[in-house]
Amino acid sequence: MAINWFKYSAPSTFYGLAGKLVPWFAWPAALLFCVGLYIGFFVAPTDVVQGEAYRIIFIHVPASILSMFIYLIMAAYAALGLIFNTRLSAMMATALAPTGALFAFISLWTGALWGKPMWGAWWVWDARLTSELILLFLYLGFIALQASIEDTRRADRAGALLAIVGSVNVPIIYFSVKWWNTLHQGSTIKFTGTSMHIAMQQAMFTMLVACWLYVIAISLVRVRSIILERERNTQWVKELAEIKQ
Amino acid sequence: MNWAEFFAMKGYGFYVWGSYGVALLVLLLEIVLVRHKRTITLQQLRLMRDVGDEE
Repeated sequence: MAINWFKYSAPSTFYGLAGKLVPWFAWPAALLFCVGLYIGFFVAPTDVVQGEAYRIIFIHVPASILSMFIYLIMAAYAALGLIFNTRLSAMMATALAPTGALFAFISLWTGALWGKPMWGAWWVWDARLTSELILLFLYLGFIALQASIEDTRRADRAGALLAIVGSVNVPIIYFSVKWWNTLHQGSTIKFTGTSMHIAMQQAMFTMLVACWLYVIAISLVRVRSIILERERNTQWVKELAEIKQ
Repeated sequence: MNWAEFFAMKGYGFYVWGSYGVALLVLLLEIVLVRHKRTITLQQLRLMRDVGDEE
């Protein structure tokens, strides 16, 4: 069966598709959050070194991973919009930015609450922490820049450039623990295997998938509002059932 | 294990629940804001339609 993907790159078709997809991501996300937290708090054992405080990683690590991934996806959408002038990809980039900023914030916040009992400091100017803070500022800069330009086409282009240039920061965050002597520990899960207890891995992985699904669901809902706003003068929007009623 | 012991997290309760509490709050706030945005957008579009009808 041949699917015409271009059909779904039209905001008018994507609007309906996105609406149908939302519950398929939102409900599994809610379920997996419950499963992940259950495993994380009731199945996973206490850490020998870090005691109970280590349980913060079940939200800290997924939030941090996603804050980086969302940025790359946002930059990729922005680049697509810039190169091919596709309206929908620019809208997707705009829809992803606030969620990315929130995950970067959660990463920093939970990191501070873990750092205080473990390192004795809420914050240190360590390479990992500093580059993650810059990521948060890049998200906020992207949002502010787009909001400050009245003409949406120009706002998209300016935002896209910022997003693309800023993506250089993502590998810096990722490799910071290898390149520099950081207080932040290196990753426990490597491609070569891990020393982590199996229940801890399951909790972290479940929470990661839950966060992914959440991000997809929330950005689909957000992009639907953006589509309506930007296409408000078109006939298909005027003929929508939710507008006509 | 009783609940008081569970919430105490062996002395790390403030840090653990401070992390999860704020994360939950942030996500719930985002859900409320995104849904609010949709309601507002639809209202505006209906308003635009009504104004258009009068012309």
